[in-house]
Amino acid sequence: MSDQEQQPTDAPEPRGAGLEQPEIEHRPRWRETLSVLMSNRLAAVGLVVLVVMVVTAILGHRLAPYALDAQDLTRRFDPPSADHWFGTDDLGQDVFSRVVIGARSSLLVAGVSVGISMVVGTLLGLLAGYRGGWMDSTLMRTMDVLFAFPVVLLAIALVAVFGPSLRNTMLAIAVVFTPIFARVVRGSVLSVREQLYVRAVRSLGAGDLRIVLRHVLPNVAAPVLVQTSLSLAFAILTEAALSYVGVGVQPPTPAWGSMLSDAQRYMAQGWWLSVFPGLAIFVTVMSFNLLGDGLRDALDPQQRSIIEARGAGAKDGDA
Amino acid sequence: MMSEAPVLSVRDLEVSFATKRGVARVVRGVSYEVAAGETLAIVGESGSGKSVSTLALTKLIPIPPGRVTGQALLGDDDLVPLSERQLLEYRGTRVGYVFQDPMTSLNPVHTIGRQLTEHTRYHLGLSESQARERAVELLEQVGIPAAESRLDDHPHQFSGGMRQRVVIAIGLACDPDVLIADEATTALDVTTQAQILDLVRRLQRERGMAVVWITHDLGVVAGIADRVLVMYAGEVVEQAGVDTLFDLPRHPYTVGLLESLPVLGDLERRDLTAIPGLPPPPTHLPEGCAFHPRCAFRHDERCATERPPLTEVAPGHSIRSFYAVPEEAARAASTAARLPEPGSDRTTDPEGRDDARSGRT
Amino acid sequence: MSEEPLIAVDDLEVHFPGGPRSILRRGSPPPPVRAVDGVSFEIRRGETLGLVGESGCGKSTTGLALLRLVEPTAGSVTFDGRDVRALSRRELRTLRRRVAMIFQDPYASLDPRMTVGDAITEAMVIHDLHGDGKGRRRRAGELLERVGLHPDVAERYPHEFSGGQRQRVGIARALAVEPDFIVCDEPIAALDVSIQASVMNLLAELQADLGLTYLFIAHDLAAVQHVSDRIAVMYLGRIVEQADREQLYRSPGHPYTQALLSAIPVPSPAHERERRRTLLEGDVPSPMDPPSGCRFRTRCPEVFEACGRVDPALQEVAEQHHVACLLHGEVGTEVPRSEHRDAART
Repeated sequence: MSDQEQQPTDAPEPRGAGLEQPEIEHRPRWRETLSVLMSNRLAAVGLVVLVVMVVTAILGHRLAPYALDAQDLTRRFDPPSADHWFGTDDLGQDVFSRVVIGARSSLLVAGVSVGISMVVGTLLGLLAGYRGGWMDSTLMRTMDVLFAFPVVLLAIALVAVFGPSLRNTMLAIAVVFTPIFARVVRGSVLSVREQLYVRAVRSLGAGDLRIVLRHVLPNVAAPVLVQTSLSLAFAILTEAALSYVGVGVQPPTPAWGSMLSDAQRYMAQGWWLSVFPGLAIFVTVMSFNLLGDGLRDALDPQQRSIIEARGAGAKDGDA
Repeated sequence: MMSEAPVLSVRDLEVSFATKRGVARVVRGVSYEVAAGETLAIVGESGSGKSVSTLALTKLIPIPPGRVTGQALLGDDDLVPLSERQLLEYRGTRVGYVFQDPMTSLNPVHTIGRQLTEHTRYHLGLSESQARERAVELLEQVGIPAAESRLDDHPHQFSGGMRQRVVIAIGLACDPDVLIADEATTALDVTTQAQILDLVRRLQRERGMAVVWITHDLGVVAGIADRVLVMYAGEVVEQAGVDTLFDLPRHPYTVGLLESLPVLGDLERRDLTAIPGLPPPPTHLPEGCAFHPRCAFRHDERCATERPPLTEVAPGHSIRSFYAVPEEAARAASTAARLPEPGSDRTTDPEGRDDARSGRT
Repeated sequence: MSEEPLIAVDDLEVHFPGGPRSILRRGSPPPPVRAVDGVSFEIRRGETLGLVGESGCGKSTTGLALLRLVEPTAGSVTFDGRDVRALSRRELRTLRRRVAMIFQDPYASLDPRMTVGDAITEAMVIHDLHGDGKGRRRRAGELLERVGLHPDVAERYPHEFSGGQRQRVGIARALAVEPDFIVCDEPIAALDVSIQASVMNLLAELQADLGLTYLFIAHDLAAVQHVSDRIAVMYLGRIVEQADREQLYRSPGHPYTQALLSAIPVPSPAHERERRRTLLEGDVPSPMDPPSGCRFRTRCPEVFEACGRVDPALQEVAEQHHVACLLHGEVGTEVPRSEHRDAART
């Protein structure tokens, strides 16, 4: 039924003495990706929100109207007002300032831990998927074990052994997230490895390293990118959960999770104590998810170019 | 040939799709008819609209974005204005379909018995045992050995050729007036294709149904069709009886198509004449004749400005072109001219084989 | 004809493992798939050998095995006097410079994330040809022009091209390594009729200009006959007949070749009506469990007693015309008694 999939590609090209040229407009790939991504409104919103969040995290102290240690015990549990947009907490600290400053540790933990797991997971996935055999079985069973390990338990164990610190929180999250990337990458590698174009470059004499770096890796980049944005969302939640049980970011550094954890004691005195950090987590996680979904569509050649190109000249279902 | 009233008569069928790149006019004013016992072949390359011009009859295309206008008379009923619900009464019952890929046109999780009885029970109101009996009968007709014992098998237990036989049996289950075969043998090997073509010819003789055979393979057309429609860029560009089409093609596109074809048995190894360029996309059709940018024959200025009408060049033979290829050139292009006399075909000469056998002892 | 063949294949076998044994089922693991099972042929310099057969007959696997893109399990492949199976990794790379391949699906055989120019220059980078980036890009432009595409299209991605244009890119890339021999694996099967001719013409033109040698693998005998000097017909992992293109058409010696020729529809209604068809019964048996003796005997219209007992060898029935069929004399290997019991089934 490729009849209706027929898309314009080319017509005879009189220019250049009978030499043919596609007629389709040529655009660099990244620009096409970006334009598809931006045509998805939700993903665009997600991206904008995240940019704002990241800028907030970087500027942190400079954006916050009050200093981190500014306490005003005369104004404890003030509801949101013009002075204190998000109200004040049990020590009379400005909740807005703490949310703004807390963005740094929350995003930092998520970013570093997901960054580590992405790099390590991708390498392991490439190795397992491309080499196959015993390497594949050994690596993937190890990943299964790690994946089955409860993250909170692992964090508690790490904290118990090495003491509470930001680094250990990140490490715990990274360990638990690595298998996710390893699996995604391995799955993609297995399918890319069997693609005809890989066989074609092998037929030209290309070695394994070239095939992995030049052909396999770029083609697994898309699922990795999507997984990264979804994992970032999940890492923020995990950090919040760890901080909530007290093995995450340690005071006095504010983080959204630990703020939420502290707020539960004062639920009766001020709803704003829990709502605003919660909202920050929600908005960030949501944005990562929206961006992730948008990326999935924008990067999927199945969604984009292949369908267009398929109907064009080559025979398909129809011919 | 057309003394009987046509079973299916399509008039001015237009199918368009709304796409991101604009309106794709996939079928543009196609008319054809088929009588009982007759085979009409619709031939064209990918994107010519040959499949859509039949699928659209019972709205087997996504609507929207598709839009169908014109008339499709099946007996006295016009199918075009009918709703999806009303069409259920026609699909599979009065119009049977056989699709290209026997792997995907059968549901892998159901037994073929179930897939065969589903239609007859629903449409003909048969009881379960009647439907099973009918299914066995159908499988026997399409040449599946031990039909009864195979009813409870799943599609993967059949070979490609056998699966296509099952698909044909399903297409025939409710005794359709018209069987539409869309590239029904394209996915099959040639020896299997020969079996299926033979089967369809036999079934048609026995049942006297009308067949619309859609294909890109001119060889298959030569073997199965009574009349042929050549489609290009959504329109019929040439229409003729099968002998006329191959012996005296008059449209530049048909002539080009035949000249570009390697023919088995043409041992002279002449250069094939490729048609330059590519068919236009249905969203950006050229002004005037859709084929004129690729046309090898001299064209006057009307070709680029005016859409040529379908004109009769001989009784029952029309072309959509301002320029009919001269008879001499047309004869030269015909594949028959490139082959030895029919009948002198050595490949089926049994003598050679007998000699070989006698040399055995 | 005294000249050494450029490529010689002798008794080539490619068997694929039949898959792991299920832990739920006792007994021996599934038998191997005998995709290619004793194939021999030679191709001389500048010649085109057509390899024709239906799906699953092992023709594509044979092509891949010549470049060791699948590893042969037995037999030998000799390219220009060197044993391909004995080559080291490094030597194999050199082989893949002299032997190139064109694939069936011109979309799938190009990396979608690489421009056409990069795909072509990559081949030169691998073999360190044409100096630096600039020289390579210039050469890529020349190659594109050579196959009838504008040199500017080097910047484009594969999805922007039509099928026929993509196949031209595939050909340009194959030429980039400056090969002597090209394995063409169904190069026109995915293309529309009017486009097929231009690709076949291009291949013929390149052969004439560059003195290339081709193995042309296809299921379409009409196309194979058009482009080949000699034709080998495969059935179930074996070559059953090999002859000059005319000879094969005029006096096919194997019942399978005869059936194949009679099954191919000819675009001429008069010929179609006059033809005597040999319709084959049934389907091709599984390559995991081929019939004993002659592999075609389960469908052969001329089968007789010896067919289950003797595995026919290719024998010369006329000059340069080889047929593996017992109708031409009982030449072949006796099948051990235990194995030909099932011959009675025919």
